[in-house]
Amino acid sequence: MRDIKVSLVGYGVVGHGVVDVLSRKKSMLRDMGLNLLLVSVTDHTGTIQSEDGVDAAKILGERTLQNVATTSMKGKEAVGAIDSDLVIEVTPTNIVHGQPGLGHMEAALSSGKHVVTSNKGPLVVAYSRLKKMAEDNGVMLKFEATVGGTMPLISLVERTLVGNTIYGIRGIFNGTCNYILTRMTEENIPYAHALSEAQDLGYAEADPTYDVEGVDTAGKVVILANSLFDMDIKYNDVDVTGITGVTPEALALARDRGYVIKLIGDVPALTVRPTLVPIESPIAVSGTLNSAAIYTDLSGTITVTGLGAGSIETASAILTDIISIYRTKRIDAIF
Amino acid sequence: MRLSMDLELQDIPGQLLIALQPLKDSKANIISVVHHRERKTPRGTIPVRLVVEMDRSKLETVKTQLQESGVSVVRAGEERFIESVSVVLVGHVLDSDLGDTIHRIDSTGFAEVMDLSLTMPGVNEVSSAYLKIRATGKAEIQKALSILRQVGEEKKLLVIEPIEAEAA
Repeated sequence: MRDIKVSLVGYGVVGHGVVDVLSRKKSMLRDMGLNLLLVSVTDHTGTIQSEDGVDAAKILGERTLQNVATTSMKGKEAVGAIDSDLVIEVTPTNIVHGQPGLGHMEAALSSGKHVVTSNKGPLVVAYSRLKKMAEDNGVMLKFEATVGGTMPLISLVERTLVGNTIYGIRGIFNGTCNYILTRMTEENIPYAHALSEAQDLGYAEADPTYDVEGVDTAGKVVILANSLFDMDIKYNDVDVTGITGVTPEALALARDRGYVIKLIGDVPALTVRPTLVPIESPIAVSGTLNSAAIYTDLSGTITVTGLGAGSIETASAILTDIISIYRTKRIDAIF
Repeated sequence: MRLSMDLELQDIPGQLLIALQPLKDSKANIISVVHHRERKTPRGTIPVRLVVEMDRSKLETVKTQLQESGVSVVRAGEERFIESVSVVLVGHVLDSDLGDTIHRIDSTGFAEVMDLSLTMPGVNEVSSAYLKIRATGKAEIQKALSILRQVGEEKKLLVIEPIEAEAA
């Protein structure tokens, strides 16, 4: 049995999902030989710390850690001070400066801790620096949850399709936009109406700019380009058009000719724009689903689809990354 | 330039070879030969459709040579518009001079707008248009799309292009 001390930084929707999933999967992980111990959870109000493992039941009902924190340590200080093997970074994303996640990741990697994250910002801002930092310190940086949520994409390309040359990846990487476009098509309603519906259902933020202007999708394009295509690009290298200009009339005209309009991110073209997709195309998924077509030399086109967001779904991608770090040696080693 | 020819051959052995000789002499690159044996004409000849890449200036010579060898040339000319693409435009499509937008494509000589549908929900509101563009080849389709992209930028139109089936 291998003991692994895990620190969680960020206790929002995804953080709650992580605590829930780690608790639910404890015995399954033990069967694999992994004794995952959640030694600390940190948010903007403080940290709850326990060497025997933080009790999920005690904190899952709490929206923040304000009432259960055992120390006032926050952020980088907590990452540096708490003894752990792996840090799960799930604080709110900022793709302009990457903070506070970037500081947390740097603190973790530089002190020899693995990092698993769903936070796009730091990777968009400083992927190559973080990657190098991980390599220099002999640890891993895993980020499957940053692109397409629970939909397997990065690990699919890195592991399952290894040996293929990847020509490109195109897909729907934002569930909010996909929901809005789907509803506009189905109900022939204007953009503003579909947006407010998405907000009522919790699929869109009060300030939806980040999603509907294509910023979120572009961030994912940057991550895919840098991690899977060995590019070294920044957010500004992506040509971005959001969905706010799409009209129900445009969707109807497209549909009459056998097309749907989807917000498509394209690597290595580095574009995000509303695009005509044939209705019968496997990537033309509806609702909040994400999808991606991976164009390869040996395997042809591989299409994946899945839930792009959600507390438990994102935590699932994080769990996969954690397990893969410790299974890596057995599965991937070339002797 | 890609050209197509409809020929009629006599139904005796060796005619196809005779028909191809002048093309070989003019260094034409044969793209396809479709021999419609099952569709014999009332005159008893066999229709053949050829698609070739060749210098257009040599077309007349080839036609004369074919006729001299007893091959009748029904039609010969540029193979036009073999590719098409759908595009949706959103914005002030009509007010930004739709005629000019179409002309910018049509005036290329290698592409043209063959279908257009326009939806205008109200005066002052943005309209949406569906365009089908056809062109002489895949590269020409891409050129036409890039012209349309440029027009879109000038006229503040959202240009919604189709996803490519294959990776670029």
